[in-house]
Amino acid sequence: MSKHTLSVLVENRPGVLTRVAALFARRGFNIHSLAVGPTEHPEVSRITVVVDVDELPLEQVTKQLNKLVNVLKIVELEPSASVQRELLLVKVKADLQTRSHVLETVQLFRAKVVDVAPDAVTIEITGTSDKLEAFLRVLEPFGIRELVQSGLVAVGRGSRSIADRALRSA
Amino acid sequence: MSGHRNGPETTPPVFGEEMTGASSVVRSLEALGVEVVFGIPGGAILPLYDPLMDSRSVRHILVRHEQGAGHAAEGYASATGRVGVCMATSGPGATNLVTPIADAYMDSVPLLAITGQVPGAAIGTDAFQEADISGITMPITKHNYLVTDPADIAHTLAEAFHIARSGRPGPVLVDITKDALQSTTRFAMPDRLDLPGYRPVTRPHGKQVREAARLILESQRPVLYVGGGVIRARASEQLRRLTELTGAPVVTTLMARGALPDSHPNNLGMPGMHGTVAAVAALQRADLLVSLGARFDDRVTGKLSTFAPHASVVHADIDPAEISKNRTADVPIVGDAREVIDELVAVLETEAAQGRRPDLGGWWAWIDGVRATYPLGYTEPPDGEVSPQRVIQRIGQLAGPHALYVAGVGQHQMWASQFIRYEHPNTWINSGGLGTMGFAVPAAMGAKVGRPDRTVWAIDGDGCFQMTNQELATCVVNDIPIKVAVINNSSLGMVRQWQTLFYAERYSNTDLHTSAGGRRIPDFVKLAEAYGCVGLRCERPEDVDATIEKAMSINDVPVVVDFVVHRDAMVWPMVPAGVSNDDIQVARGMSPTWDRED
Repeated sequence: MSKHTLSVLVENRPGVLTRVAALFARRGFNIHSLAVGPTEHPEVSRITVVVDVDELPLEQVTKQLNKLVNVLKIVELEPSASVQRELLLVKVKADLQTRSHVLETVQLFRAKVVDVAPDAVTIEITGTSDKLEAFLRVLEPFGIRELVQSGLVAVGRGSRSIADRALRSA
Repeated sequence: MSGHRNGPETTPPVFGEEMTGASSVVRSLEALGVEVVFGIPGGAILPLYDPLMDSRSVRHILVRHEQGAGHAAEGYASATGRVGVCMATSGPGATNLVTPIADAYMDSVPLLAITGQVPGAAIGTDAFQEADISGITMPITKHNYLVTDPADIAHTLAEAFHIARSGRPGPVLVDITKDALQSTTRFAMPDRLDLPGYRPVTRPHGKQVREAARLILESQRPVLYVGGGVIRARASEQLRRLTELTGAPVVTTLMARGALPDSHPNNLGMPGMHGTVAAVAALQRADLLVSLGARFDDRVTGKLSTFAPHASVVHADIDPAEISKNRTADVPIVGDAREVIDELVAVLETEAAQGRRPDLGGWWAWIDGVRATYPLGYTEPPDGEVSPQRVIQRIGQLAGPHALYVAGVGQHQMWASQFIRYEHPNTWINSGGLGTMGFAVPAAMGAKVGRPDRTVWAIDGDGCFQMTNQELATCVVNDIPIKVAVINNSSLGMVRQWQTLFYAERYSNTDLHTSAGGRRIPDFVKLAEAYGCVGLRCERPEDVDATIEKAMSINDVPVVVDFVVHRDAMVWPMVPAGVSNDDIQVARGMSPTWDRED
């Protein structure tokens, strides 16, 4: 099983996210993460979903998604040909002794401290899934109090837009 | 609002008169050419029923259960090829439509379901007769809509209608709030539909068609595996031409019976779990499957890993998601069955003109051997008992190939598919994918409404008949004279068969007390008469023909015939679920032997 990132352009209407999520559920496709938001077109939203599937089932996933009337276009974003980012907010234990070590780690990973408490700091970091995973591994020994991770968003490299020709009339 | 986008290509819709949302619904249905709607009114949908009463082109038939409305719309659609329309009120009315909607989804029946909904402000408050029918039917509709603004009614119904009947047909639900029905709007049917995410491909790719033709010409053991898509695409003539051009054997699935006449010498019959030995054997031995509008359903394939082990696959379907879903296609062709077959025929005709045709002499010699050795048949029941297979066969023979046959689900359904000779498409109507008991009577009603000039026989089981027979009242009141043959073995027959074969004859809860041991609960003849139908009973083999003829002679009211039949009749052949087609059984513990290539 491998992870694949799908960028799905959908009509910006109530219930469309539900339709997509419900489709994944009933067809037994495993969603690793999902992020949805507006695009440069007010009538179009973009769902970025990371699925855990093999090659052939991925084709089925895409075909089933295309059957949804509100789905406009689906593109797979390969890691090598796209920029992929996730956002992580993590609250780490940091008392007088460990704070400087924690802050050092923050520096090394080019993260930011966004909240400070007597015995903890909250850190914001963006990056690829790998970078975030590595960051968490390094922070682990200090004691992670809480963590919140967004879904992955991705955009293809180069000048073309995924929405080219997706919205033209028949 | 009215669904058009700004831009130089679109034309503004025509603005018409002011009217209520309810009138807008009726006017939309009229504009879409809808002739009949099956439904039951209720609180939320009540405003719609007032203008409906005055419509001169839309006939509303009041049924006795919303499930009956849904199945009637399905029967109408399957018999005519037109979109079937049903309507119900909110809450329980809508939820009663769920089974027929799911049924239409599985069998790709073009269906439009209109449901009333509580007023917009009440949605989400657990109001009286509120149900989230859009949420509930999301997985079983092609698409569905919730309309809260009367201005959206016309274009939504136009879109819904289009989606239901185009591409792979299927059910679409439109849920309309009560206040939308009551408020006023200006009626405007759109000139163009705005569905950027819905673009079914009907025209096949020339390269794929040529590749398929190449495989056909090179194959020595091809089989045309024909499914319900050929019926929905109205491609029977095209199929006949393709069959004659290739000389290939044809198998017609449960949903495709009648796509090619049963009398055609190339027709091997139905494949699958209760298919003919010839059809199943041919598929297992084939080197090429040309799948047309079929979906490699588990009832046909048996154990997938051992299905048609030697065959390359050409898979033509209008739904790209079906291709390579269960079986990898060597030549995938996305397109409408009619267009695909037309193009394939064109290429093959060119080849034939240059003397290139498949040479299938050896293949047919083998197939004919299997056909002759293992014809479809049935064991005679004990003396004095009526054979259900014979009853069904005689009905088919006496009513003829122009009649319409609608079945329930179970043993009687399999026998109806096996022992009636279908010569035309749209003459065999049943619930294949979902397998809904209770389908027969309301669907027969809908079929008769769509084809009033034809004889319509519902072949039903005693279990199925008890689920939806209240629609007999609808038939009598509305002059819809269907004929119902209740194949009464006093059991849930198919389940009983499995209990005989796999559960050591432990008949757990399959006894229906409708004829065995002299108990008739209910007495189907009395029940029929209570509904105003003619009720007949046949309990002796020598009375079968006369009873059928009597039923055929009565055409002003529905006729219900209680055929009391032998209880232990079995459906053969059989490939048990999850088993390889190689292990097909023609009788209990008996498998045919043929030369299998090892």
